[in-house]
Amino acid sequence: MKIIIAGDGKMGATLTRQLSAEKDDLTLIDSNPNVLESSEERYDVMVVTGNCASKDVLIQAGAREADLLIAATGADEVNLLCCMTAHSLNSGIHTIARVRNPEYTDQIYEMSEMFALSMAVNPEKHAAAEVARLLRYPGFLKRDTFARSRVEIVELRIDGKSKLCNVALNDMPGIVKCRILVCAVLRSGKAVAPDGNFVLREGDRIFVTASTGTLTLLLKNLGVITHKVKRVILCGGGRVSYYLAKQLEGTGISVQLIERDRDRCEHLAALLPETCIIHGDASSQFLLESEGISECDALVTMTGLDELNMVISLYGTGCGVPQVITKLGRMDNTNILGNLELGSVISPKELCCNTIVRYVRAMKNQTGAALTMHTIADGQAEAVEFQVDEGTLHCGEPLKSISLKKGVLVACISKGAREEIPNGESFFQRGDTVIIVTSGEKRIYQLNDIFE
Amino acid sequence: MNYRMMGRFVGKILTVEGVFMVPALLISLWEREYTAAWAFWWSIAITFVISLLLTWLCRGSKNKFYAKEGLACVGISWIVISLLGCLPFYISGEIPGFIDAFFEIVSGFTTTGASVLPAVEELSKGILYWRSFSHWLGGMGVLVFLLAISSVSGSDNGFTMHLLRAESPGPNVGKLVPRMKKTAGILYILYILLTVANVLFLLAGKMSLFEAVCTAFGTAGTGGFGVKNDSIAGYSPYLQNVCTVFMLLFGVNFSCYYLLLIRQFKNVFRDEELRMYLGIVAGSILLITLNLRGFYDTLGETVRHAAFQVASIVTTTGYATTDFDLWPGFSKAILLALMVIGASAGSTGGGFKCGRALLVLKSLHRSVRQVVHPQKIEAVRLNGSPIGEKVLQNTNAYLAAYVIITGVSFLLVSLDGFSITTNFSAVLACFNNIGPGFEAVGPSCNFGAYSAFSKLVLIADMLAGRLEIFPILILFSRTTWRHR
Repeated sequence: MKIIIAGDGKMGATLTRQLSAEKDDLTLIDSNPNVLESSEERYDVMVVTGNCASKDVLIQAGAREADLLIAATGADEVNLLCCMTAHSLNSGIHTIARVRNPEYTDQIYEMSEMFALSMAVNPEKHAAAEVARLLRYPGFLKRDTFARSRVEIVELRIDGKSKLCNVALNDMPGIVKCRILVCAVLRSGKAVAPDGNFVLREGDRIFVTASTGTLTLLLKNLGVITHKVKRVILCGGGRVSYYLAKQLEGTGISVQLIERDRDRCEHLAALLPETCIIHGDASSQFLLESEGISECDALVTMTGLDELNMVISLYGTGCGVPQVITKLGRMDNTNILGNLELGSVISPKELCCNTIVRYVRAMKNQTGAALTMHTIADGQAEAVEFQVDEGTLHCGEPLKSISLKKGVLVACISKGAREEIPNGESFFQRGDTVIIVTSGEKRIYQLNDIFE
Repeated sequence: MNYRMMGRFVGKILTVEGVFMVPALLISLWEREYTAAWAFWWSIAITFVISLLLTWLCRGSKNKFYAKEGLACVGISWIVISLLGCLPFYISGEIPGFIDAFFEIVSGFTTTGASVLPAVEELSKGILYWRSFSHWLGGMGVLVFLLAISSVSGSDNGFTMHLLRAESPGPNVGKLVPRMKKTAGILYILYILLTVANVLFLLAGKMSLFEAVCTAFGTAGTGGFGVKNDSIAGYSPYLQNVCTVFMLLFGVNFSCYYLLLIRQFKNVFRDEELRMYLGIVAGSILLITLNLRGFYDTLGETVRHAAFQVASIVTTTGYATTDFDLWPGFSKAILLALMVIGASAGSTGGGFKCGRALLVLKSLHRSVRQVVHPQKIEAVRLNGSPIGEKVLQNTNAYLAAYVIITGVSFLLVSLDGFSITTNFSAVLACFNNIGPGFEAVGPSCNFGAYSAFSKLVLIADMLAGRLEIFPILILFSRTTWRHR
């Protein structure tokens, strides 16, 4: 598929990496020739220097023949103009624009027709929603929802005190007392597809499929503290913090937001009436102590500096904050991150790229395409949801008699209103949706790809 | 340096070379030339064994590959394919000396067409075919061929850009389409189509199939190895004109053909390099025709010879229909200038390249204006779009390297005691991948008289000229071989 990515910044680069690996024909547009040169050297792409909203540049980049345009420059207005211009050149083109300014949010949905947008993405809002979801169930590092929010894949970290430490997977049901499935384990930076005899060790991060209803039970039986989050400290007053504070207002959670810039504080105070805005340096221990970091239920670090976020999060973990969430702009050094106690790590950029990649895959294959797709285990595994249709092979056969490809696991089968965590006797039929977890090299584009 | 990855890469290239030797083997068998067939059989076996050995020794390599490895890979691959490509000549005994055989095949792969052989017609058919085929393969580039048929390093093969840049001539190499494999594929498809058209036109002039194919290979790669002692002189005027036209066609930037194919005619006609190239050709033909008044019987004959020689020299092919060494001084001076300028960037021709000359002229023009207005800031433009300072800087560095290498080689070759004209034109003819020079290395003579040392210098010149200097130069740099 021919894809144009306008804006070769952090998000553009991540998209380039992912889409280039998926064998799409990519053309990058940016006004800075230096970043383009480095992209051209790293990936098999074509580059065009210039203003992506200008007609000439878009024609040069092949907008007339392209299937999709992703506008991800730093300026919302340029992104929108870029999409409109491309659409006027080629009415069949799909367009995705990154629009981040909260003031535009509402009109974008109303006027998407006028802006010729197929989809608008807002990484910060996305990230805020993700953090809010995590705050609802403290104890999970990450939650990905499937089957219209009825099934989730959650991430748990096994520490020394955990009831699951040194337990073989076969013995797990006796401890958790509910139907769950461990679909991937991340051990010292590498994803493993476990079998029944796999023994969990301290430091492992496990990815568990469970229906949303059993999450509370799961946490209770694991002995993870499940008291509701009442007090949250947000460090940094950027866009994610704003969206998050906005979402948390009116939910009964009291929010303290620490921001260094006085003017920004005043701006936020005007926008967020119920949030306690504190003007100060979030990296100062004294300030954190005086704001009561040791008594709060959750600490979310979302300043603009990754290093600062990591340091504050480590300090928070040291103070015994039950839930720590760290925002990181770049996730290149996942090996190092795995060894630090940063709690949940979220990256607005990665979340957003996942959304876009999902869209691209759906475009590629309109029938039999993935309904939802999430990358788990630091990008080393994927969980993909498919609909079983008339073309699907092996319908109605028990799973134990079907031979699947290496590294592929059927993590859940939903039949109408009922979700089933499968065992060897389970089977799927037309109309069901199934969640496939794959940690293999090969990507799964269609359901039939999973069979040998 | 990622030696394992490089080893595996060279192994792959050798497999390609081995496969390409098979047709030569079949031709030898068909013509019942059993010595040559035996030589090919051994060469193919040795090539495959080395290729397998390299692949086996370098298994499990990491796919980390950067600019340095890319450039070094190109240089090493070309040396290795030449070392193995000369085996058929050497084993069959048709070119007895190893250095001579090596010179001949390097001259083939670099599309130079300078020969050490006094009598070409004595060679067997299989050997002649392999000699001409080396032009065809070397013209577009063996690595580009590999890029077209396989994905070299799986998904993240951004580094292949370095390979394309190193092997495709020109100051500003870019892709035609986003995927490297497709770009290389398009280039080769255009190349094959033009070659086939050339063969058909030659066949229409009643040339035998074997000669037509060999001549077309020599024309396509802008090489210049013929199958006759007198090059193209013995053929009919129609065949000579076909050669003239096709030589000129192969000297055009291939991206122009791609633009024609996707119907962007405007961009082609506005291409400044193409205009300059055609202008130089037309001007040179006119001047030489005027200068040669009375040299040939009719005006038609004069124009035909002038056009052929100009096309042959400017595209750095090196075919000849007449001994231009006998021409008057002014015509020879024009030919000498054409030798240096060479064909367009992105073509199969060699030389300094019209595109680069254009950039040098334009930046010189800018410097002159800046002397008058010292505060003036201005961008050098090509086809309307500004050219980055980095490209200009590289072009000027290239010019410097070009002059220095020419000078040093001239000094080294002069040790053999030939005349200044001979030595200078020999260096130019090899470095610019042309073939014949003047006097003792003129179109009716050959390079056999030079000593082994001079031949090695000229071999290095040919490789440096074909790969545009830097891939060969970095092999001599210590920083290349040191660990990062």
